[in-house]
Amino acid sequence: MNRLLPLPVVVPLLGAALTLVLGRWPRLQRGISVAGLTTTLAVAVVLLVEAYRHGPVVLAVGAWPPPVGIVLVADQLAALMLVVSSAVTLCVLLYSIGQGQGDVGESAPVTIYHPTYLVLTAGVTNAFLAGDLFNLFVGFEILLAASFVLITLGGTEVRIRTGSTYVVVSIVSSMLFLAAVGLVYAATGTLNLAQLATRLDALPDDVRLALQLMLLLAFGVKAAIFPLSAWLPDSYPTAPAPVTAVFAGLLTKVGVYAVIRTETLLFPDRQVAPLLMVVAGLTMLIGILGAVAQSDMKRLFSFTLVSHIGYMIFGVALSSVAGLSGAIFYVVHHITIQTTLFLVAGLVEVRAGSTDLRLLGGLARLAPLLGVLFFVPAMNLAGVPPFSGFLGKLGLLQAGVAAGGALPIALVAAGAATSLLTLYVASRVWNIAFWRSPRLATDEPAVRLPALMVGATAALVALGLVLTVAGGPLFDVTADAAEDLRARTPYIRAVFPGGTP
Amino acid sequence: MTGGGAGPTLVLVIIVGVLVGCGVNLLLERSLTRILLGIILLGNGVNLLIMLGGRPGVAPVVGTGPVDQMSDALPQAMVLTSIVITFGLTAFLLAIGYRSWYLTGDDEVPDDIEDRQIVRRAERDEAATADLGGEGADADPEQVDPEPARRRLRRGDGVE
Repeated sequence: MNRLLPLPVVVPLLGAALTLVLGRWPRLQRGISVAGLTTTLAVAVVLLVEAYRHGPVVLAVGAWPPPVGIVLVADQLAALMLVVSSAVTLCVLLYSIGQGQGDVGESAPVTIYHPTYLVLTAGVTNAFLAGDLFNLFVGFEILLAASFVLITLGGTEVRIRTGSTYVVVSIVSSMLFLAAVGLVYAATGTLNLAQLATRLDALPDDVRLALQLMLLLAFGVKAAIFPLSAWLPDSYPTAPAPVTAVFAGLLTKVGVYAVIRTETLLFPDRQVAPLLMVVAGLTMLIGILGAVAQSDMKRLFSFTLVSHIGYMIFGVALSSVAGLSGAIFYVVHHITIQTTLFLVAGLVEVRAGSTDLRLLGGLARLAPLLGVLFFVPAMNLAGVPPFSGFLGKLGLLQAGVAAGGALPIALVAAGAATSLLTLYVASRVWNIAFWRSPRLATDEPAVRLPALMVGATAALVALGLVLTVAGGPLFDVTADAAEDLRARTPYIRAVFPGGTP
Repeated sequence: MTGGGAGPTLVLVIIVGVLVGCGVNLLLERSLTRILLGIILLGNGVNLLIMLGGRPGVAPVVGTGPVDQMSDALPQAMVLTSIVITFGLTAFLLAIGYRSWYLTGDDEVPDDIEDRQIVRRAERDEAATADLGGEGADADPEQVDPEPARRRLRRGDGVE
């Protein structure tokens, strides 16, 4: 079974190479991309089932034994993230194929898009599966390098200007991460996560705290946690719609995943929990207040993206099983929903010529299906019962109340306020863009939206609804994953069956 | 490096500090070229820092010397990887800088859209009113059917 483990990384990389070579045959290129990501999704599902039934799946790459060689580990958390991310990337790929010659094709050679997209996927899966800090770093670098190309696709003036901010910020956060990796190695003599778990415990408290804060700083930039989040709403909205969607869904969540992994496995003592709670609360409130002030759909969704990262960090900060379980559920929910909303924004752009709310109106009458596609995920994001957004927020708020104390209760209040403000923001978009008298930003609107784009978006909306219906079983999985994370031993024992060296 | 394995020399530590310090200083500049130079210095500083993490000694090749005097090979392998990564990112940033210069004649990283909007509003002494939803369709001029008046808005507030 563990022989399957490298496939989610290797298949997209191989697909990237093939699509690059076959750049002159777009049809073949598309076929290879779709086949590659479908394979990844299938493997991810198998891995999740295996991890749920029999515990973490571990593979020492090249048969080098763990402390020296590279290990890939798929425990329940990693496998779950793998499943959701590959499902979402597949849908976005189909969407971008449907968009076809429009956004991507006119301004850039289409040949570049598919290989880069597949490399991005490989980076994301590699980061999820990494069993040591350096491999995690490499995963981050793979996905960042690919994202640099995607965000500046076409090299237009606007994209270069906003892209340069994104590139510089990302590189600086990578440097921080790399420096932290170097210091961790200097302090402990290893980078294998399972071995670090025991060796970090033996370090003096202050050294450990310094290492922890440094890693948190690096991941905080990538996850767009409040004081480090200003780069996100400026750089994301200018990219092509599918690119923004996949960035919004996945890239920040890889950062959140890294935070969850390091905070539970490497630094289980709750030294920084109060700090995390404060930044989580600020992320929620400042993010959503930013969204309230926006008048462009894409920028608005970028701010809700930042805001809802706060919920996940809140769950991590609680670091109880309930809190972690809620955080993992919320990550799964948010990847799906936020991606869907950006795809819908892309559809609005195609249909009405702009995503600027000042230029839009009456879309519900002009394009009823588009209205439904927006309404369901928007209400889901706001946390209206019975959607998965409500379940996730409820889980987190319950965990916060159960934890007790002034700070968690304050966070619960902030979370509830954020949820209400999200509802306000969502209904504002609905009122302005969909309900008032019809107006379009273009004189020649596309009357028929490409079927594949609508289909891919509808598939993601449906996935969001499945998360709602399957909320119970999903919470079982996340609670199980959270217990494993808290206990730490399943992970360590899976990597070192004969005891940690 | 000291041969005796007594840990890193002070000189190397100071070099790391100087490289990172200069790098950060250059990062604070506006011009992308200087930022690029800053990132190169910062990257080299960090790479050197990783080297300091391992045990110094003779070349880690089995058969060339006693095993206990060999240097730690792992940081060297990691540094090779990170040098390649830094090199690639530098090349990309260089390309962006060139493209920016090609398109606009300079390579400055501009203020973001929001900041520029705020500056413009302050100049016109205008309050920020983004919420267009009102009590009813008649209460908000924006909700009345499109009239020529909206053209002014479009020209003035579009994204640059």
